[in-house]
Amino acid sequence: MIASSFITDRNFVAVLYIISFGLFIYGLSGLTGPKTAVRGNRIAAVGMAIAVIATLLVPHVSNIVLIILGVAIGTAVGVPAARQVKMTQMPQMVALFNGVGGGAVALIAWVEFRDSGGFADVPTYVAIFSCFAAIIGSVSFWGSNIAFAKLQELIDGKPVKPFGSAQVLVNGALLLVAVACGVAIVAGSHSEILIIVLLVAAALVGNFLVLPIGGADMPVVISTLNAFTGLSAAATGIALNNTSLIVAGMIVGASGTLLTQQMAVAMNRTITSVLLGGFGGEVAAAAGAGGASGTVRSTSAADVAIQMAYARQVVVVPGYGMAVSQAQHAVREMAKLLEAKGVTVKYAIHPVAGRMPGHMNVLLAEADVPYEQLKEMDDINGEFSRTDVSVVIGANDVTNPDARNKADSPIYGMPILNVDESQSVIVLKRSMSSGYAGIDNPLFVNPKTSMLFGDAKSSVEGITEELKIL
Amino acid sequence: MTSTLVTNLAILVLAGFVGYAVISKVPNTLHTPLMSGTNAIHGIVVLGGILILVTGEADGFLNKLLLVIAVAFGTINVVGGFLVTDRMLEMFKAKPKDQIEAGSEDVK
Repeated sequence: MIASSFITDRNFVAVLYIISFGLFIYGLSGLTGPKTAVRGNRIAAVGMAIAVIATLLVPHVSNIVLIILGVAIGTAVGVPAARQVKMTQMPQMVALFNGVGGGAVALIAWVEFRDSGGFADVPTYVAIFSCFAAIIGSVSFWGSNIAFAKLQELIDGKPVKPFGSAQVLVNGALLLVAVACGVAIVAGSHSEILIIVLLVAAALVGNFLVLPIGGADMPVVISTLNAFTGLSAAATGIALNNTSLIVAGMIVGASGTLLTQQMAVAMNRTITSVLLGGFGGEVAAAAGAGGASGTVRSTSAADVAIQMAYARQVVVVPGYGMAVSQAQHAVREMAKLLEAKGVTVKYAIHPVAGRMPGHMNVLLAEADVPYEQLKEMDDINGEFSRTDVSVVIGANDVTNPDARNKADSPIYGMPILNVDESQSVIVLKRSMSSGYAGIDNPLFVNPKTSMLFGDAKSSVEGITEELKIL
Repeated sequence: MTSTLVTNLAILVLAGFVGYAVISKVPNTLHTPLMSGTNAIHGIVVLGGILILVTGEADGFLNKLLLVIAVAFGTINVVGGFLVTDRMLEMFKAKPKDQIEAGSEDVK
């Protein structure tokens, strides 16, 4: 009995929480380098296990069967999903995991409301933070689901605006409804309809927030939603007076916000302009007006192979197209052959290439590309002038010279990879259709550029075959 | 009551700065694992669900049902998030040294 009263002692539990969030911070700081990252992630997971055990240490354990049931269901769904997901599908997986986290926050806030008779018998601040958590959690759950559906191509990835240009006003009104319900609850109204309206209005905001956002802006959306879920978890932590929740939630909130900022900077756009949506819409008009002139030269796999085999340095510029056709392994094969011929191969990674921050790095790491060959934009841009051949694989907007030169271009000012400075450029592309932003890319009609049309994977495999014969 | 709130707010603010400081050192290359790692960590909301269940505060079928769903959601978030991050990071670790040596030998 003495032992059991000791382990359920509130201070002992509090110490366990402190250990757990200490491990989170220590683990996350391991993510700063590829060598310490695996260990860092596992340390954070140990922190999580300790936090869960600490939560179970109460004098009179109730509902243990229900807890085991919930954990078992979650494990049965989460483990196979995490094991089987392809690396190319990582963005939607992260969106989905993020969404269920937000959903959990919203549900917990709802139960707290019901449990306390509409926050009747709790301090006011609990009601405030719970309502905040409910709103953000619900937005994050539905927003993430829409992001998942778009990335999984269950729904159209192009921007959708159910209310046209009035979308922003509709969203604002819905958010106002949610906040008004929250205020009414905090002010002392106990009617359950309020929290339900709050959750539904926030759910609609989540849907309408992500629907109008095009695929190319997904890195910003996913990291924003990640930050949202983190903040809502921190708010839940304050409402439940649980330090581990507060610290973990807030760290995620802060890191998500930082990452979102970095993504937005990499696209030369403000977070608000992304979240208010409509990239595709406003740009379509601009594309019609411009219209790049010039001839497109198409080439063959054999020519590309010869060109690359006699180069000193080849820079591969991957984009979302590489992910779609899952060409990363084929690219690695090609690079190995080139390296065997004495060619230096490097990979130029634009911060927003793909559909989530660092998407390309994950794919190339999956294909065993050495970490040292993956170059960030600032490091590689100085090297293009010394590069013989740049191979653009399924990337478009991140190489568009208009971002540098053409002041009226919608992407003007966005930092790009200066592939047009290399001796020659080869663009692997499915067809001449424009990128997600829907704008022309003068790179394609540049005299230095040759286009190799077709599926990225089969094109790269074709080049590889030719390289073997050489 | 207020003192609990104030203490927690202090923790909140400090944690925000810690998060900002730790994450700002992560290179672009590791942004995806970083996102899915932090994603797993906010699955800690599972604690909220467990806490309300284990203390026996929740009464009634609907409350318990909602909490079981919340715990399941949170568990998916935690378990799936950590596993997927681990898988990704293992690939980054994939013996970079051997490969580079092999590569330079090929060049010779």
